[in-house]
Amino acid sequence: MNEGFQLFPEQASTFASRVDALYFFLLLVAGFFTMLILASIVFLSLYYRRGAIRNRQRTHSQKAWILEFTWIAIPLVLVMVIFAWGADIYFDERAIPPNAIELRVVGKQWMWKIQHPQGRSEINELHIPLGRPVRLQMISEDVIHSFYVPEFRVKMDVLPGRYSSMWFEATKTGVYHLFCAEYCGTGHAAMEGSVHVMQPSDYAAWLAGGEQQPPVTAGQELFTRFRCNSCHFQDTQPRGPSLANLYEQPVRLSDGTVVTADDQYLRESILNPAAKVVAGFQSIMPTYQNQLSEEQIFQLIQYIKSLSTMPATTKEPAPLTQPVQPKPAEPGEIK
Amino acid sequence: MSVSDEPRNYLNVDYRFRSWLLTTDHKRIGILYMITVTLFFFVGGAAAVLFRLELMTPRGDLVLAETYNRLFTLHGVIMVWFFLIPSIPAVLGNFLLPLMIGAKDLAFPKLNLLSWYILIAGGLVTLWSIVAGGVDTGWTFYTPYSSTYANTNVIVMAVGIFISGFSSILTGLNFIVTTHTLRAPGMTWFRLPLFVWALYATSIIFVLATPVLAITLLLIAIERGLGIGIFDPKLGGDPLLFQHLFWFYSHPAVYIMVLPSMGVVSEIVPCFARNRIFGYKFIASASLAIASIGFLVWGHHMFVSGQSLYAGMVFSFMSMLVAIPSAVKVFNWTATLYKGSVSLETPMLYALGFIGLFTLGGLTGIFLAALGVDVHVHDTYFIVAHFHYIMVGGAVMGYLGGIHFWWPKMTGRMYPEWWGRLSAGIIFLGFNLTFFPQFVLGYLGMPRRVHEYVDGFQVLNVMSSAGASILGVGYLLPLAYLIWSLRYGRLAGPNPWQASGLEWETPSPPPKLNFPETPIVNHEAYEYQPVSISE
Repeated sequence: MNEGFQLFPEQASTFASRVDALYFFLLLVAGFFTMLILASIVFLSLYYRRGAIRNRQRTHSQKAWILEFTWIAIPLVLVMVIFAWGADIYFDERAIPPNAIELRVVGKQWMWKIQHPQGRSEINELHIPLGRPVRLQMISEDVIHSFYVPEFRVKMDVLPGRYSSMWFEATKTGVYHLFCAEYCGTGHAAMEGSVHVMQPSDYAAWLAGGEQQPPVTAGQELFTRFRCNSCHFQDTQPRGPSLANLYEQPVRLSDGTVVTADDQYLRESILNPAAKVVAGFQSIMPTYQNQLSEEQIFQLIQYIKSLSTMPATTKEPAPLTQPVQPKPAEPGEIK
Repeated sequence: MSVSDEPRNYLNVDYRFRSWLLTTDHKRIGILYMITVTLFFFVGGAAAVLFRLELMTPRGDLVLAETYNRLFTLHGVIMVWFFLIPSIPAVLGNFLLPLMIGAKDLAFPKLNLLSWYILIAGGLVTLWSIVAGGVDTGWTFYTPYSSTYANTNVIVMAVGIFISGFSSILTGLNFIVTTHTLRAPGMTWFRLPLFVWALYATSIIFVLATPVLAITLLLIAIERGLGIGIFDPKLGGDPLLFQHLFWFYSHPAVYIMVLPSMGVVSEIVPCFARNRIFGYKFIASASLAIASIGFLVWGHHMFVSGQSLYAGMVFSFMSMLVAIPSAVKVFNWTATLYKGSVSLETPMLYALGFIGLFTLGGLTGIFLAALGVDVHVHDTYFIVAHFHYIMVGGAVMGYLGGIHFWWPKMTGRMYPEWWGRLSAGIIFLGFNLTFFPQFVLGYLGMPRRVHEYVDGFQVLNVMSSAGASILGVGYLLPLAYLIWSLRYGRLAGPNPWQASGLEWETPSPPPKLNFPETPIVNHEAYEYQPVSISE
């Protein structure tokens, strides 16, 4: 990490050079107009200073309208170009690539907790491989935070009660600053960390090095511990809708609307089940608010997501006796 | 000249203390406001001195984090609501509006006095919240931190600001009615000084936007006090609702802070260039355009807050549009110098300084309106630099320019010219040294509202703090010499600047009822001739 004096941040992601290009264009435009006004003021104040003998006969009006129109039209065109350019970058920043590595982030006063799907978790550190898109799905346990990596030129607020996502693809190995960019109380300045961008092989080795349990397994344990299977997996008269092959599928609700069973929906259904009741079922699910941390909710959702790898021909899954394992990664393969 | 020989004016007509506290004279109320906002300015400034001292070193070694967080909150709250928002409208606007339109007073003089008392009440409640332990939410009060998690005097401070909002609303109402109904015969809308147009546009914002702030603060107090879920998701609320409500007011609020300052510049530049203003109707329309479009851009504070992508696009587009009328004004002011006869007295130095610094600050607004760039610099020192360029380099310089320009009218005395120019220069230099490095810091990634930072940011922070010390000296000088001038300043006479405008056709200081008979206006504004003074 560059700890010394710098005037400009490094470019370490695919977005960085794009943002910097727009920034330099803006510097050019702003510099040009600032200099133009400054120079005009200085020149006119000197040339037409009190006491200087000059031709001050004013001939008027028709030209005034042309001038006004020009100095409205030219700035208008410029700002529209800038708008389009900035919007283009923003659009791409919001369009998460489908092959991104999915990490889960929980922000809380005053630390970042990051969970890799294979099992390793970290605090205030983020290890990622070079050259792969990485998506962070984030939530706060308390107040609004903001996950900011200046060298990647991206940030996104981390909200309580709702998932927010950002993605980036690192282009340079190294260690970069991670900051919280939304004031969150006493320890706001302390929510500082580092992002380690590694060669893919180093990253694979790092991933394999942890002792932690994969979140999908932890999720399955929670599923059993909290007796979710008592309603959600029954052969006859299921009390709750099936969770097999549910993830990211459309769901019809009791009021007739159709929603997608994404992470936000699953989280809400766990914490506030009465909010969206599936058609054909009673609203009898108890709430798990205050019983589960955000990390545990992430783990449960990972488990539910894993239920979508079941082949389509099976019926309702039998009450679970065997854990459902995702296919283990080959050496060197990154899931 | 003995006291009994002095002509009667609004200052010496009655020396009793209670004649000031019960005055309904708009000029005295303007002076009361001037003293009030000056006191608040130095309170907010003192907080800035402390936190800029802390920021000279990367570690938090001067004050605790808890203290630092209270200091920047104090600075923002006091400067925004108790200095910037009232400053030009309540000081210069109150003093000058009736004079400029040929009226004896505002439409509702007693309401005007009430506005001042409301500001005092709100200010005292806010100061109480500070003295009794402070608030650490930032001036933006984001939820759920402010509504649920903060352990500080949020409700008291929210109530203080809530109260002060009514001061603005009543002043806005007063100005609108005055402008519509009390113009002297012949003073048509397009003969009004542009300062009046600026105050009018500002007053529209006062009246329409401030109630939204009032309700938003009330909602925080309700959630905090009664535990009702409005903004906290754990109680079923939505934290983003707060941001929409808050910024719906606070974005127009920044135009409240800058429009009157632009109006001051529109008065000063023609006078010291001895030239009719270029593009009168364009400048007047631009004020109204800024006020209107300003209500449609609030989401540019929320590009990374969880707002939808499409909302982001709309707000970015509108934010680009709002820049255009400001650019129009800058070009028109500059064009006013062309074929003029320019002299650089203190008010003109402030006005020209405004134009330069506002241009730079306003252009950095375009950086922020550009979505891709804002994602990177949002919540960094780039934002801090941007708004200080507009608020301090713009609004405060405009305020000081106006104070110096109309000082002779308000007090009957001239300020010492060389001290005025020296201070303007010191302020200009100190300001740029303080805030320009912050643009660099912001792009480097230094977040806002931190008392500690990584070592690489230190050099720029030291530059900024050094600039702040110079800026502080620059502000103390006018305080000293303006007070000095009250007793020792050269007597000014009715029109020391040979300026155009009805306010200059009264004695300095003006009599209590302004005009012995209602003036009749039969010429345009800014009837300046460049070669009228012997050349």
